[in-house]
Amino acid sequence: MATQSNLAHQDAPQPGRRDFLYVAAGAVGAVGVAGVAWPLINQLNPDASVLALASIEFDLSGIEEGQSVTIKWRGLPVFVRHRTAAEIEEAKAVPLNELKDPETDEQRTKQGHEQWLIMIANCTHLGCIPVGESGEYDGWFCPCHGSVYDTAGRIRKGPAPKNLVVPPYEFVSDTLVQIG
Amino acid sequence: MAHESSYVPGNAVEKWIDDRLPIIRWSKEHLMDYPTPKNLNYWWTFGAILAFMLVVQIVTGIVLAMHYTPHVSLAFDSVEHIRRDVNGGRILQAVHAVGASMFFAAVYIHMFRGLYFGSYKAPREILWILGVLIFVLMVTTAFMGYVLPWGQMSFWAATVITNILGAIPVLGEPILQLLRGGFAVDNATLNRFFSLHYLLPFVIAAVVALHIWALHVPGNNNPIGVEVKNSRETVPFHPYYTMKDLYAVVLFCIPFAWFVFFAPDLLGHPDNYIMANSQVTPTHIVPEWYFLPFYAILRAIDFNIFFIDSKLGGVIFFAGAILVLFFVPWLDTSKVRSGSFRPVFKWFYWLFVINFVMLTWLGSAPAEGIYVLIAKLCTAYYFIYFLVVLPLLGRFEKPRPLPESITESVLAKHKAPVAQPAAAATTH
Repeated sequence: MATQSNLAHQDAPQPGRRDFLYVAAGAVGAVGVAGVAWPLINQLNPDASVLALASIEFDLSGIEEGQSVTIKWRGLPVFVRHRTAAEIEEAKAVPLNELKDPETDEQRTKQGHEQWLIMIANCTHLGCIPVGESGEYDGWFCPCHGSVYDTAGRIRKGPAPKNLVVPPYEFVSDTLVQIG
Repeated sequence: MAHESSYVPGNAVEKWIDDRLPIIRWSKEHLMDYPTPKNLNYWWTFGAILAFMLVVQIVTGIVLAMHYTPHVSLAFDSVEHIRRDVNGGRILQAVHAVGASMFFAAVYIHMFRGLYFGSYKAPREILWILGVLIFVLMVTTAFMGYVLPWGQMSFWAATVITNILGAIPVLGEPILQLLRGGFAVDNATLNRFFSLHYLLPFVIAAVVALHIWALHVPGNNNPIGVEVKNSRETVPFHPYYTMKDLYAVVLFCIPFAWFVFFAPDLLGHPDNYIMANSQVTPTHIVPEWYFLPFYAILRAIDFNIFFIDSKLGGVIFFAGAILVLFFVPWLDTSKVRSGSFRPVFKWFYWLFVINFVMLTWLGSAPAEGIYVLIAKLCTAYYFIYFLVVLPLLGRFEKPRPLPESITESVLAKHKAPVAQPAAAATTH
């Protein structure tokens, strides 16, 4: 029997033990290369010191109505704006079908704290910091590529695809907010 | 352009080396004897100018790296330190910074020469593709280099350009964090850009070697685009073109030196003398002049295209503007290489050149009002030229009769127009 199967191998180039060894050695080699490549790529990802700054607390009491400040969270600038009543009203009056990225004003603020608008300050187009209280919708205007945001930080005009991003945050008390 | 080696080892030592590593034989063959068409004009000297610029950038770059510190709190000051304290640093830094501009000026001329004279057509497709690859590597290297001085423009260029990758659906954000090494451009980004900025020029040098290899197989194209027929139509590279190229390099160094010595900051931006600040974007950010055409294309797409939002759309057009160059050898269907014999092509070509200059200007203009509309029209023509004009012209255009050979065209220039042999030549 064994002799017969050996002969068969010689006659036709069927996938045999040698081919199996090639494929197996190649596969082990590929896994090895991938295993070595991963740490070399992964070292590019944010390191522990960057991730350690993922959550901050901020005291709002010093910000007057109509004033805004820019703070830093995870290396990103964050707008904290104390909106005026007129601005809130203007934001609420906008019909959703006029918006490129439809969101209501309520979805972008916390209930009971509508005067506070907290958003990552990078334009959703290519990351410039828009200028506050400017542009034709009384919100923000990005000087880089001309995106215009309204008083709720929603995109109204220009190349930016999304509203300014609202980071995860909660009110610890009426004047203290935790971002991240 | 295969040819027999004419090298005969001059002495026993050369013979000994030649039997083991025929490097002298190889150098003589490729750097001296290489047969070059005798009718090349000055547009053909830019290859040598570019090789010269690559050496200038590598040499000055290695020296600058001895004094530069890639850290967010020290980088800006270390560049000032180079300019003020390091012996001759003011000039070395200026040569490197202005050198980038001169490098791009030369590469654009080199590419436009290729586009006019059809240097990308068979059998030189790989030569052209390697050239486009070098251009992509140059863009990447120059972008990373511009980030290193860590001024306001450096920082915001890094932010805006890395954000381009964020437009990729789903994977965008993880890729962005991987590239930056953080949630925003920061120290990790600066460090890796320095590392890669040092590496990439050597990768460019390697691709340049392949580019020249791919050139030496079919040999040079030439202004009439008719292949070399015999050895009487070529001259050896050395001394004929080494001397001509050297002369061109000297001429090229005149504006280069003028910028370095008299106006090192003319091509830069004053905002880059303000240290990077992640909390404030300069009111009007512009990239370096050599990126402006592509930047204008990126900004021109401010509308959604079906399900593709404006941001991704801009990025697709931006990348497409460079990627389309890879396909030019197959998009241009005309059998005639040289634009000199293509009466209709000429119009579209020069319009393309003007359009490219317009895009440069628009990239520096604010993104508002009439500029936005003109930018859209110019972007449209950029793509129409490659995707519509080049494929269709080959079918509908009737080229002028080609000269039989390089010799014939050279002689025709010296004869009276009546005796012009080109008129009798057949159309190819």
